[in-house]
Amino acid sequence: MAASGVLLSRFTGLRDLAYGGTAVLCLAIAAAAVAHLAGNVAPVSLVLPVGLPGAVTHLRVDSLSALFLLVVNVGGVTACLFGMGHDRMARSVGFAGHADRAPVRTLVPLFLAGMNGVLIADDVFAFLLSWEFMSVSSWLLVLSTHRDAATRRAAHVYLVMASFGTVMLMLGFATLIGTAHGASGAFLGDYSFAGIRAGSPAVLPATIAMLLILLGTGSKAGMVPLHVWLPLAHPAAPSHVSALMSGVMTKVAIYGLVRVVFDLIAIPQWWWGAAMLPLGAVTAVLGILYALMQHDIKRLLAYSTVENIGVILIDIALAIVFKSLGVSALAALALTAALLHVVNHSLYKSLLFYGAGAVLAATGQRDLDALGGLIHRMPITSFVWLIGAAAISSLPPLNGFVSEWLSFQAILNGPLLEQWELKIGIAVTGALLALATGLAGACFVRAYGITFLGRPRSNAAAQAGEVTALMKASMIIPAALSVAIGVVPTLVISLLEPVTRAMVGEGLYDGGGRSGWLWVSPASAFGNSYSGFIMIAVIALMSVVAALVLHRYASARLRRAAAWDCGFGDAGPTAQYSAGSFSQPIRRIFLNQVFSARDTVVMPPPGDTAPARFSLELRDPAWDWLFTPIEQLMGRIADRANLLQFMTIRQYLSLMFGALVLLLVVVAVTQS
Amino acid sequence: MADFYYDTAHLLGALVLLTSFGLLYQRRLFALLNVFATQAFVLAAAAAWQAFIHGEPHLYITALLALSLKAIVIPVALHRIILRLEIPRAVDSALGVGMTMVIGVSLVTLSILLVMGVTSGAAALTREDLASALSVVLLGLLMMITRRNAVSQVIGFMSLENGLILAAIGVEGMPLVVEMSVAFAVMVAFIVFGIFFFHIRERFDTLDLQNLETFRGEREERPWS
Repeated sequence: MAASGVLLSRFTGLRDLAYGGTAVLCLAIAAAAVAHLAGNVAPVSLVLPVGLPGAVTHLRVDSLSALFLLVVNVGGVTACLFGMGHDRMARSVGFAGHADRAPVRTLVPLFLAGMNGVLIADDVFAFLLSWEFMSVSSWLLVLSTHRDAATRRAAHVYLVMASFGTVMLMLGFATLIGTAHGASGAFLGDYSFAGIRAGSPAVLPATIAMLLILLGTGSKAGMVPLHVWLPLAHPAAPSHVSALMSGVMTKVAIYGLVRVVFDLIAIPQWWWGAAMLPLGAVTAVLGILYALMQHDIKRLLAYSTVENIGVILIDIALAIVFKSLGVSALAALALTAALLHVVNHSLYKSLLFYGAGAVLAATGQRDLDALGGLIHRMPITSFVWLIGAAAISSLPPLNGFVSEWLSFQAILNGPLLEQWELKIGIAVTGALLALATGLAGACFVRAYGITFLGRPRSNAAAQAGEVTALMKASMIIPAALSVAIGVVPTLVISLLEPVTRAMVGEGLYDGGGRSGWLWVSPASAFGNSYSGFIMIAVIALMSVVAALVLHRYASARLRRAAAWDCGFGDAGPTAQYSAGSFSQPIRRIFLNQVFSARDTVVMPPPGDTAPARFSLELRDPAWDWLFTPIEQLMGRIADRANLLQFMTIRQYLSLMFGALVLLLVVVAVTQS
Repeated sequence: MADFYYDTAHLLGALVLLTSFGLLYQRRLFALLNVFATQAFVLAAAAAWQAFIHGEPHLYITALLALSLKAIVIPVALHRIILRLEIPRAVDSALGVGMTMVIGVSLVTLSILLVMGVTSGAAALTREDLASALSVVLLGLLMMITRRNAVSQVIGFMSLENGLILAAIGVEGMPLVVEMSVAFAVMVAFIVFGIFFFHIRERFDTLDLQNLETFRGEREERPWS
């Protein structure tokens, strides 16, 4: 079954199928992946006699690949549905769709094929080839809106970062292969993953390789400070591609990290995890703070992806720590949290991007301050978006809460460790994670409130209409899955068990604990347990009771009266609470130093009727502190090197003469 | 008798080196040509002497080539070019003579240290010949970079090549083919240079290479260049 999935996904890229065919294919692969996980079967390998001269291509599907295949292809199905619906809407309504649709239709299957290829690759060459395939096709997808100058810049930054990431991956794998020695001490030089697994590297090369792989996958996933391309590139692409890039492609990067750290390098060190923890925490907090400041809804979602990647990195770091210290039950807990978060984030982030795409298609606006009141015009979209926003804010009984709950169970176990660095560090990370979660709530209250509630802030928002059925379906599917995972999380967690068994040697319930469908209560969680079903029952009961009480005692006494309007009759929609007003308190608390935020208010003098103007400038410290200096340094070096091009003949000769004499001197000195 | 052979060969090699210093020192074009012709003559003598003491007749051909081409044909040709193109007869050097001499002497020291260190196993004659040959090569290169005039650069190049010949004749068993090809390479280079002279001259009315540099649209001249 999985082998057929492997074959199918290889052919996805070869056929130029329309969205429908791709969706069916993705659905088949997803079903095969579920069957693989549920059936708990052995890894399936396949060797194709193609590849580099004198080499073959190894493919393999194990439980880890199957899980991520599931994530990718569920995202693929909904993205194809959305794309199809969007095309139909563009044809019937004829709105100025900002992307050329035909190239997008061609490239989306290629993009999906690239991601599937990464997941089933079992040698370095196939992995890197698929990785580049994924990068280049997504780069082309970003460029499908190339008439916009900002898009071209975004694509440029993306290309540079993607190349950087691939180079890091190449160097990382090369370090692993180059230092791999078999049991006999002979140099192996085997580029297949099996060969890397067999070679047991020393700690130093393994650490270097791990660092390089972390940089390579981190740049693709959006780890601070390598996240700068995400908020540029993700919003620039068409919405369903944004969803794929943000919800799915970042997960492929996480797959690469998990594959290398837990599978290929046999000797994780606890201080790798200790070094990754602050990275994850900083990524989470900075990501969500950026998101809070954004006025472009897709950009906000892209920054929120950075936050979620931070959360996943924290979980992975904890899993590394626990695994290397031999506490596999806790490692299983942390890794389950990470993988569940991967699944969850891919669902609700796709949903939110489709929602943003629906809003964009209906109004032509991405700016929060031009939206508002859409709950009346687009009831279905706003309802499913509410589900997505609640899920990403980790509210029970939705799926976001479950993975967050598992993360905190793992974090609360941190103080049991021996190392003081870890005891304190994990506690601090937990605090930062809690902060990020809280801020995520604020961020999505703001995003939802400004977009869907209040009065329309522009004509486009006032005249918006609901989107096509296919687009609605593409949002309803992930929303339903989010609710389902939230209510009955044990179903998905049982699918994760073979993965954690393969990666850290223990499943979540192997150490005991109740494993019924109702309660999530692994033994490693101090006897804590969570039941989404009971939670939703309680919430429903409380809501009914509250509604009854309100209706009985309050509604009867309701009086309708004109709102107090401060003496100004009929204030316009611009007088509403805006996106900027919502984020200002948080910006004042956290950001004025770090982001060098400058807000200037220009008040007209008394008697002047000109409006007051408020402007805000935000800077990303990653640009100021990391990328701009690098750019300047490169520029300076290039300027210096440029002089070489404009030297006189005699100066060239002098250079050669100098080099010759220098070498002769070296020979003379070393000889005597 | 062996001592006499050795001393004479050594003397001729040293004379070639001495004329190299003469080239470095010389400031007038015609005198430069004369010194170069002298160097080629001494080189031919050295080649003939080696042919005599080792009994290798093909070295006589080398000597003949050096004598005819380098000592007679090329200097005469250059002489005529200079006259026809009315090139200013004074060479302005980029580096002061004193400084050039100091650098030249250090280069010779370097070559001696180097060759003595590297070839400790070889015969004494070979070693010292190699040392002076390497010095001549380096001095020719030095001359190319310290002179601004195209003619003197060509002479620097030729004297560099003389150093190569000197090395070749000092080593036993160097086949004639190598020397012939070196000689032809020099001949071709000479022709190419000659054509370039005319072209540069046609375009810029001078053989001073600075004009070539300004023609390329480059920045202001550096003080030391």
